[in-house]
Amino acid sequence: MTHQFPALSAEQKKALFETAHKIVASGKGILAADESVGTMGNRLQRINVENTEENRRAFREILFSSDASINQSIGGVIFFHETLYQKDSSGKLFPDVIKNKGIVVGIKLDKGTAPLAGTNGETSIQGLDGLAERCAQYKKDGVDFGKWRAVLKITDTTPSQLAIQENANTLARYASICQQHGLVPIVEPEILPDGDHDLQRCQYVTEKVLAAVYKALNDHHVYLEGTLLKPNMVTAGLSCSKKYPPQEVAMATVTALLRTVPAAVPGICFLSGGQSEEEASVNLNAINLCPLPKPWKLTFSYGRALQASALAAWSGKSANKKAAQEAFCKRAQINGLASKGQYVTSGKGDMAAMKSLFTASYIY
Amino acid sequence: MAKRLNQIGVENTEEHRRQYRQVLFSADSRVKKCIGGVIFFHETLYQKGDDGTPFVQTIKDKGIVVGIKVDKGVVPLAGTDGETTTQGLDGLSERCAQYKKDGADFAKWRCVLKISEHTPSALAILENANVLARYASICQQNGIVPIVEPEILPDGDHDLKRCQYVTEKVLAAVYKALSDHHVYLEGTLLKPNMVTPGHSCPTKYSPEEIAMATVTALRRTVPPAVPGVTFLSGGQSEEEASINLNAINNCPLARPWALTFSYGRALQASALSAWRGQRDNENMATEEFIKRAEVNGLAALGKYEDSGEDSGAAGQSLYVANHAY
Repeated sequence: MTHQFPALSAEQKKALFETAHKIVASGKGILAADESVGTMGNRLQRINVENTEENRRAFREILFSSDASINQSIGGVIFFHETLYQKDSSGKLFPDVIKNKGIVVGIKLDKGTAPLAGTNGETSIQGLDGLAERCAQYKKDGVDFGKWRAVLKITDTTPSQLAIQENANTLARYASICQQHGLVPIVEPEILPDGDHDLQRCQYVTEKVLAAVYKALNDHHVYLEGTLLKPNMVTAGLSCSKKYPPQEVAMATVTALLRTVPAAVPGICFLSGGQSEEEASVNLNAINLCPLPKPWKLTFSYGRALQASALAAWSGKSANKKAAQEAFCKRAQINGLASKGQYVTSGKGDMAAMKSLFTASYIY
Repeated sequence: MAKRLNQIGVENTEEHRRQYRQVLFSADSRVKKCIGGVIFFHETLYQKGDDGTPFVQTIKDKGIVVGIKVDKGVVPLAGTDGETTTQGLDGLSERCAQYKKDGADFAKWRCVLKISEHTPSALAILENANVLARYASICQQNGIVPIVEPEILPDGDHDLKRCQYVTEKVLAAVYKALSDHHVYLEGTLLKPNMVTPGHSCPTKYSPEEIAMATVTALRRTVPPAVPGVTFLSGGQSEEEASINLNAINNCPLARPWALTFSYGRALQASALSAWRGQRDNENMATEEFIKRAEVNGLAALGKYEDSGEDSGAAGQSLYVANHAY
């Protein structure tokens, strides 16, 4: 193991490096529009819209046909397979619509969870079979980055050593294969927010998980400068009785990242998890204002947190297209600002009070 | 110390060792700006200057932090190609507690790896990383900042790329072990080798190439939470060690940790040969030391303008062309 067998040529590295940096260019983040058919069904059901291919297409068209200036806030869009081959009303393929705005096209590559026998309901992720061939095809079809979501959960007995190890390993295998085919891998080790654990517990688990992920990436000879990380923010569990202000979430999150994510990684694009649109923006903003060093871009890769208002405004009616687009563009713009720590909320602005809270209670 | 004194024809007695350390420790306030810590050997921690002042006191009075070597040397790893681990964990906690009482606030533990056809092996990397993490954990429990030193020897004919590759593998293992052992990274320091070609490598590399390879390796493995990286000088000459450190601090990649020096020979070589065991030479020898300390202090800020040939632009074009990092 002491000899290097270079995985990538200098040209391949350069291309991956540039794509990764383009996606997380200053003020930009990612629109995660890769909801599977089933997940899209959940979203559409909430606005009483039938889950048909046309409806899914129509909604994505609303998002993708936004004015080109959306490229000031959106650096990349993650597609679901079906969407990659759909067209807008003028017959143009969606990936081309996105590319013409100077936005990078990505694709969800994992094939969902599979149980890890002998664990407390933990899972690994499938999708490695034939992944190389799929990546090669997607690359031909206009894709330049991939996404793979691993899932871990916090309970008294989880995440277990096996779950951490196995998910880190599959993430690394996926990342390695992606890079071989010119796709920047977004590495997503999501620790679910479900549970009543406090902020400290989430921070501890996040640190352990990310340490394992980066050891695995190193073991698998992945070129870090050509990857992106999509982690959860460090938050208390959804049913935790204690509430933490954004500054504490930010401090816990950035501390965990400083302890585990090498500076070579160009950008960290947070998932929004169960957060509301505003919460996700306010937290991202606080993260970018956190008084710790931040050697990577800290931005967003939001699904629900970018689309919820747009979805509600649309409600399946083409007459609402403009309103839906405006709602989407507004969230995109806000998150773009938040990724620079420039989002000034209109809500209660008692920053001083918030500050005193976090310094007093929480040791990181 | 026997080797060092032998080289200047001085007998290796406790008194000579004391006198020599006094030459260094009696440096005036000029060193305050460039020396933040001094690593002691056990014997020296309990020695005094001519005026009866304990060395620990003299150093602390200059506002410099006192450190102590705590490892007990290398031992063979059976079944490997001459590889080693480092011993010293037994009773380490008690020793740290005592050193803390006696004025030490940081410690150092050196692990050694080497590059050859089949080394470093997975076992050597794993075992040394683990022992470093145990040491670090125990230190912190006793209020001592652990300097973590996974030295990859420069011996061999391997090129720069190979050293970079091995350094990345070793450091990744070290930081995984530190995470596994719950070590508080913000309260540690790293003392790695710079990434250099082997001593007998036929290809020569510029300081800019060494800097690029070194900083790239660190960026890929050392979490930004680590406050500082203090390079060992290995086999480098005094000037080489300063020039390389300077190039590292001028490297056009983002560097989230302090990048400075933890030099032995590269700070003392001139002082040692100026001293030659003669009390009359003490002041001159001290001056030599201060001079190297100041040069390295500047190099740690990327501000050392060496008097040698100006490689400048020529040096730069070399690294862009040859080495895909």
